Parts: sequence; C-alpha cells; structure tokens
Amino acid sequence: MRKYLLLILVVLTGICFLSRLFYLQILDSETNNLDNDNAIRKVYQYPKRGYIYDRNNKLLVANQPTYDIMVVPREVEPLDTLLFCNLLKIDKATFLKSLNRAKVYSPRLPSLFLSHVSKEDYAVLSEKLRKFKGFFIRKRSVRDYQTEIGANVLGYIAEVNPDNLSKDQYYKFGDLIGKLGVEKSYEKQLRGVKGIKYIQKDIYNRDIGPYKAGQFDTLPIPGKDIQITIDAELQAYGEQLMQNKMGGIVAIDPTTGELLSLVSAPSYNPALLVGRERSKNYTALYQDSIHKPLFDKSLIRMHEPGSPFKTLVALTALEENVISTKDVIFCNEKYIYGKRNRVMKCHCGGGYRNLYSAIANSCNSYFAMAFRNTIDKYDNASNGMDIWSNHIQSFGLGNFLGNDLSVGKKGSIPNGAYYDSWYPDFKWGPTTILSNAIGQGEILVTPIQLANMTAAIANRGFYYTPHIIKAIDGESIDEKFKQKKQTTINPIYFDPVIEGMHQVYTKGTASFLKVPGIEICGKTGTAENFTKINGVKTPLTDHSIFVAFAPKDNPKIAISVLVENGYYGARWAGRIASLMIEKYLKGEVTLTAMEQLVLNKSLEDEYLKPYSGKPFKINQ
Amino acid sequence: MNLNRTHSFQLDWLLVMVYLALVIFGFFNIVSASSGTEFTTYFDLSRPYGKQLIFIGVSLACIIFILAIDAKFYERFASLIYLFSLIALFGLFIFGKKVNGALSWYDVGGITLQPSEFAKCATALALAKYISDLQTNIKSVRDQLRSSIIILVPAVLILLQNDAGSTLVFLALIFVLFREGIPQNYIFIGFFGIIVAIATLKFSSIWVCSAVGVMLLIYQLFLKEKKKKFGVTLLTLALITGLSYSVEWSFDHVLQKHHQDRIGLWLRLENDPAKVQAMKRNISYNLNESEKAIRAGGFLGKGFNEGTRTKGNFVPEQHTDYIFSTVAEEWGFLGSSMVVVLFIVLISRIIVLAEQHRSQFCRAYGYGVAAILFVHFLINIGMVMGLVPTVGIPLPFFSYGGSGLLGFTILIFIFIKLDANRLNVW
Repeated sequence: MRKYLLLILVVLTGICFLSRLFYLQILDSETNNLDNDNAIRKVYQYPKRGYIYDRNNKLLVANQPTYDIMVVPREVEPLDTLLFCNLLKIDKATFLKSLNRAKVYSPRLPSLFLSHVSKEDYAVLSEKLRKFKGFFIRKRSVRDYQTEIGANVLGYIAEVNPDNLSKDQYYKFGDLIGKLGVEKSYEKQLRGVKGIKYIQKDIYNRDIGPYKAGQFDTLPIPGKDIQITIDAELQAYGEQLMQNKMGGIVAIDPTTGELLSLVSAPSYNPALLVGRERSKNYTALYQDSIHKPLFDKSLIRMHEPGSPFKTLVALTALEENVISTKDVIFCNEKYIYGKRNRVMKCHCGGGYRNLYSAIANSCNSYFAMAFRNTIDKYDNASNGMDIWSNHIQSFGLGNFLGNDLSVGKKGSIPNGAYYDSWYPDFKWGPTTILSNAIGQGEILVTPIQLANMTAAIANRGFYYTPHIIKAIDGESIDEKFKQKKQTTINPIYFDPVIEGMHQVYTKGTASFLKVPGIEICGKTGTAENFTKINGVKTPLTDHSIFVAFAPKDNPKIAISVLVENGYYGARWAGRIASLMIEKYLKGEVTLTAMEQLVLNKSLEDEYLKPYSGKPFKINQ
Repeated sequence: MNLNRTHSFQLDWLLVMVYLALVIFGFFNIVSASSGTEFTTYFDLSRPYGKQLIFIGVSLACIIFILAIDAKFYERFASLIYLFSLIALFGLFIFGKKVNGALSWYDVGGITLQPSEFAKCATALALAKYISDLQTNIKSVRDQLRSSIIILVPAVLILLQNDAGSTLVFLALIFVLFREGIPQNYIFIGFFGIIVAIATLKFSSIWVCSAVGVMLLIYQLFLKEKKKKFGVTLLTLALITGLSYSVEWSFDHVLQKHHQDRIGLWLRLENDPAKVQAMKRNISYNLNESEKAIRAGGFLGKGFNEGTRTKGNFVPEQHTDYIFSTVAEEWGFLGSSMVVVLFIVLISRIIVLAEQHRSQFCRAYGYGVAAILFVHFLINIGMVMGLVPTVGIPLPFFSYGGSGLLGFTILIFIFIKLDANRLNVW
C-alpha cells in the first residue's frame, strides 16, 4: 500500500483528466468554424451596386460616396466642442446625445456619430478632423439619381429590417437592401456579393490583425448593371402630363411585353430618399394620406375598369357564339331587365347598334345583352359564370401577372362560386350581376392589368407577361418573359372588336382625340366610385379611364390610363393616352393645344372635396 | 527504454526524453499563447517566449552542471541548501517584489526570480536527508513532528507571502512521509477530514453531522459486542461535528471573498441560472473561457499558432497558469491527452525508479519529486478543466516562467543524477 498509493493516485488522476478531455473535446466539443467563432470578426467590404439604365441606355441610377463621422468614445480627448459643432453644423445637444449613444454602445468600438456628411463638408472636415482624437470619417456609397422621374419604378434602398435579416442570412445589421421597385425586384443582381475579411480579435473586441494572413478572405463581387424596359423620355412625359392629377399610366410594347412606362401620379423625386434628410422626407411622403405618393397607382390601384372591359365582354360573347357581327339591337338609352323592370341607363345616344357601333359609342344595352346571352347559354348561371370568368382571366385579369415588379394586386374577376356564396338562398342569374357587363359590379383591375389586356387584344389573342427587365449584365432575363400566353379567345374574333375600337377614334367617344398619321384603337371608360365620409357612402366624380393601342396593324404600344376623379374617359385619360402614343411613335408631340390643356389641368380641388367637410357636387 | 546504462552516462533516458519533449512542446505553446498575431522570430526577447528560450538554455547548462557534480554532494549539502532557500524566502519580506498580490519575487537587474520554486527542491532534499538519517525513526511522533516542521516552515513562509498555490505543493511531501512509514491512519484521517470538509461546504454542517450521527448510531445498534467503545464513537462524533462547524465558520469568516467564490464555483453551490450566468462574466470568467478554448480544440485541434481563442487573448493568464488551454485548443484531444500521458509517464517513472533505490535518501527524494510534480499536474490541469477549484499554480515545463522551469529542471535532474549513481556502490 505504501508503495502504490502515489502511483495509483497519479494513474487515477490521469484517467480522470483523459475522460474530462474526451468529454470536453469530443463529446461536448464546440469546434467552431469561421462563421461562428466569436474570436473572429468578419469585416464586410461592400461591392459597387449595379447601375440602372433605361431601354435607350440612358443612365438613371448611379452611385455616389457619402461620408459618416465615426467615433471611438475611449479615444476622444477633451475638445473644443463649439468649434467641432460648427464644423459639423450640429448643435451641442446633438453632439452630446450622439456621443452618449456611442458610449452606451461601446467605449472601445467605433460607432456612428453623424451620418451623410456632404461632399463639401467632407472636404473641410477631412483636414480639420485630425485635431479631434477619436473621430474619423467612414466612406459609404449611396444612390446617385441621374433623373428626377420614375421614383415608383426605380424604388429605393434602405437599411435592412429585422424581417429581412431573418429571411436571408446574407444581410447583416446595417446593410442596405432594395425596398421597392427594381431595386427590390433585382436586388440580388444589383447588390453583388460582399467581400469578407476575417479579422482576429481579442478579448476587448479590438482587431489584432488578419486571421491566418487573410487566406480565407474574399473580394467583393460588384453588382451587375441592369437595363430596364422603361423609356425614360416617355416616362418623364407621362409624369409631366399627370402633374396635379392622381392616377397611373401603363404603356406596354405588345410585341414583347416590355413596360415602356409605368407612371404613378403624383410621384416624387427619388433623390429625396437619399442622404441625411431621408427619414424626414420619407415621413412626409408616407404621411400624405390624400395623394399617397409612395403607393404605386399603376400597379396596385384597384378600380372598376368601366367600359374598356366591354371589349372582353364582346370577345367572350363572340367566342361563345352568342352574338355575331351581324346582330343589331335597338337601344333606347336604357336597358330594361328583370322581373321588376330594372333599368340600366345607356349614354350611347340611342339607336340601332351593332358590335362596331356599340364599342365605338360604348352602348351599355348591347353589352348587357351580350353578357346575358353568354351566361344564359348554359342552363346553370353558375356554370355560365365560370366559363365567362375563365375567358376573362385568360387576359391576365383577376390574378397576379407573374411579373418582375415589386408590388402588385390580384384584382377581382368573380366566378360562379363567388356568387353562389354571395347568394346562398337565392337563385341568381345574369341579370343579378349585370353590372359586370359594363365593367362595374364586382370587377376590379389595376392599370397594368388593363394595359396588358389591351396588349392581348392588340396581339389578337396573346400577350407576353409584362416585365421591366430588359437586360442584365452577363445574365439572361427570365425565360418566362419570352413565352407567349394565349387567351382562350379564337384569334378570328379579335378583328371585329379591334375594328370597333378603331371606330372609337374615327367616329366614337374619342373622335376628338385623333392623332394625325396614327391609326389608334381605343376604348373610353368612366367608372363610378365612392368614398365614405363619416360612414356615409358618398359618390365622387367618376374616374376617367382609357385604353388604347397603336398602330392598328402591327401595334407598337398598348396603353392604359387612369385619372382618378377625372370624369368621363375621353376627357383626361383619353387625351393623355393619345399624347403618349404620339410621343412614343413619333418622338414628338404635334397636338400642342391638347398637350397644354392637359398640362394645365389640376384636379387638386376634386381630391380635396371629400376632405372639405362641406357638401360638394360631382362630375362637373 | 532498454538502453545500456554503462554506455550512456548511466542516465535514465526515458526520463530525459520525456523531460525534453515536455519542455520543447511547452515552449511552442508559450510562443502561441504569448505572441498574439505579430509573431516574427523565436528570439524576440521582448516577448515571454524569447525569455523562455533563454531560460531553456540556462536550464540545459544547469543540467550539465548538476550531472557533473558528484551525487553525494546533494545528500551531504541538503541541509545547507535548505537553509539557503529559507533565507531566500525570509529575504522576500525585506527585498521582495509584489506581483499579482504575491510577494514572491526578487528583482535582480530586470530578471525576476521566485525563490519558492527552488525551495521545493531544497525542501525535498532536506526532508529526504532527515528521514534517511540513521537517528531518525519516522515511527516516533517526535521525528514526525520534526519532519513536519521541515515541510511547514517554507510552506508557512510562502503562505504569508500570499502564494497559497505553492504552499499546497509543500503539503504534497506528506506522500514522502507516508512512503517512509508514518502510520496509515494519518492518511485515512486526513482523507476522511477532507471529505467531511467538502461535504460540509456542499451540504452544510447540520446535514453532515446528522448523517454521521445516524451512521454511528446504526453502527452502535448493530454491533452490540462493541458497546464498550461507546465513548470512542461519541468522541468521533464530537470531533467530526467540531471539524464540520469550524470548516463552515472558517469558510464564512476566514476565507477571502474570492476564495469563497472559487470553492462555491467548484462545488456548484449556486443554482440560480441568472447568477450562474453573471458568474461567467466575473468569478468564473477564466474557467469559462478556458473551457471554451478546450472545447474549441476538438479532436485534432486548430493547429500551431492558429487557435483563435488563444490568439485573441480570450483566456487570461494563458501563457502561465492556463497554458494547458492553449495546448487543448491548438493540438486538440490528441495533443492534450498526449501531454497528460507524458506527465503520467514522467511521474510514474520517477516513482518506479525511486522504489528501486536501496538508498533511503534517494527513494525519499524521488518520492518528493514525484509528489511535487503530481500536485502541480493535478491542480493545474484540474483547474483549467474545472475539476479542481481555482488555485494559481503553474504547469511544470509548460507555464511561462524562468524560475519555475529552472526549479523543475533542477528538481528532476538531481533525481536523475542520483538515479544514475544507483548502480554504484554506496
């Protein structure tokens, strides 16, 4: 025993240690790799964000440097606060607040003291800042807009929010991300890939040098430049025409589905959302509850389409063989239907109407008939409605288009089941839902859907998914944008409808909107709309709506215009459509009188009416 | 290691090899733990590893010197060496320099020396000499007391200099006394006392005393024929109660706050998760970081000079007391278990060789060397892995420190020299 006690203790201790080591290093090991080792700091190097060009290679968005003043609180020495504040153009309270915030964050680590110092201030500062220990300048890159238009199209970038962070591991706190427009939809291409430097840090979080001589470091990969389908000149013109009005213009090249312009009015200068004033400007835009400038009206303003929808009602009825071009009805400026002789008014002027003149003069009676016949073709209204709904939806209505825009709305195209659930105890029929025939009732569309529908008519039966990307540096665009989407309507039925739309311009509701030398086909629309004032449903001035495409043969542009509360379709929307078409096809505008009329028109008083608190008249 | 001793200076080459392996491996770990990321050359004298390199050189010179001296010198002059070391320890009270609260260093022209490192060797020699003296009978209480005094004088001096870790090392020499014949009961009573003390701290003295009382009662009830020893049983209970309560009282009133914390941490006395979390940031900070570094090593380790926690100085005192966490992080389970095995081999070999000696002096000294190394090994590695309460004590050959390295080298090589002379007729 005396001989062995120490020996035994030594061996036992050894076994004990080996087991503990086995437990710590193998069973319960926390072998860390580069990503979760908290002894290594990852320093990101941000790549250049891709530039954005328009379809004619005009530079729209570039980058510019911005300068942040950083501070390491521990290194700050007593300083001439007054001089310092004057240099930075801040007051003492701000100075103390920022410094204190930095101290709270960490005395040893750099934190942001003042962001977005201008280039001019930077020049002065970079020289004098040396005197103030603990402060230094950090350069960052922000967007530099070469244009004042297309804020809704281009979108903006801003710091990531917790939601972005949780969805994508790529982003780290403080990173910038595209929040709207193409900045959002092409974020991955534009942003590039951050470079990573691995820095060995010490217990106080201070950098003590590159980790393993930087062998794992990666270089940033610059973002790709993109070209969008927008014609900047047309877009600018559209925004100009829409000044002092609310609404949207969507112009599509029907041969490709490329979006030529996407106007949302009122808009704002995209440069407002860059720099030190950003949050102030953003708040102001966000809080404008009347005009909602951040709300892209061309994409998400759902409204009843009104009369342009009649073209689809006609096509559906033709496809279902319930009307023909030879059918003639007599319209006595009203359509009487149902057991209780309900009346749908018609403003076409009355008289004999065939398909062509019905479209040209927007005869409600004719399309009420066509719609009824379509539904009545089937012994069950619900089935009939399903068939009808299916045809309409093949034009891209009632659902997302599947485009590459950051926002969108489905709109609404009701089907049989919709009304079955609406009228569970009531045998409903076409007359119950007759307002759908004239694009009202339960139909809801967005301007881009209307433009796409017009493109499908212009193409005589198919469309390409509208999209905004034209080219990405070294990358092909999504194949789905090159695939034709067929409607369910036989191409032979389009010509009569197109002829009708042509007559809208030659002798119908838009005859005063002719553009010399261009054969335009169009359709006016006037949609009732309501608001609630103190809980009372109150009618507002009708929306002015217009769809058109041109030229009649080999169309190059399909357009939809919505002017909120602009009264009848041809009044403002039609004028704007004609001007846009001329601008695009001719490159210049000859209808200068019409142009002046539109430019000078402000609908501001219309928009303020519901907020005036006084009774008001509509449709003046 | 079956080398023919007559042709190899009669040294035990296994010990020499293990020693060299530990010193060399230790040096590279000091390099890693103390170089940060700016490592340039091994000869950077402004850095601990550069200084350590010098001390390795000094140690090698010292080895030659030790081996050159006649083996009998150590026995003959043991008392004198012991006396010198005591004087050196006394001198600290007058000329000493305080580092980290411990008055343990002499500052001689920029080089600091720690006499306690040498006192270990001196005490082992003196104790061996006293025990092996023909007039000494270790079975007699008087001689037991005298040998205890040899151990206790330097131990108390060092304790007064606020270096509790080194004091513990001297207590290790009890193993020498045990080997040489003090009654086994001493060890058992001591062992039992330690268990009672630990149990008291963990469960409070009321519980310990009640538990012991119940056990003794059962003992009395079931072993009726031993009734006559009722008095002894009562005395035992009284002693245990006394010990238990005095331990509890000492813990609360004698120990300093940080000692209480360390023991509390070791015995997991704190159960509130929030407080345990808070402890990780202060009192158990070292241990927590050290365990993290050990865990981070995994099986193969991160490689020499590539431990991120080592490089980032996450473990305080890593190049001295916590050097083992560097080994574990950079060399993984493979490297760290190798170090443990090398230490076991080193100590066991010393014990085995000591047992082979016919000379009582050599055997006693060998046991002293083994016991000193064992306590360092046990406490240091145990502490770094959280098995033993935190006590500041270096890991031989690994921890940075010139005096330590030199002290351990002298300690071991005197034994190797004595061992080499074993075959000579005494």
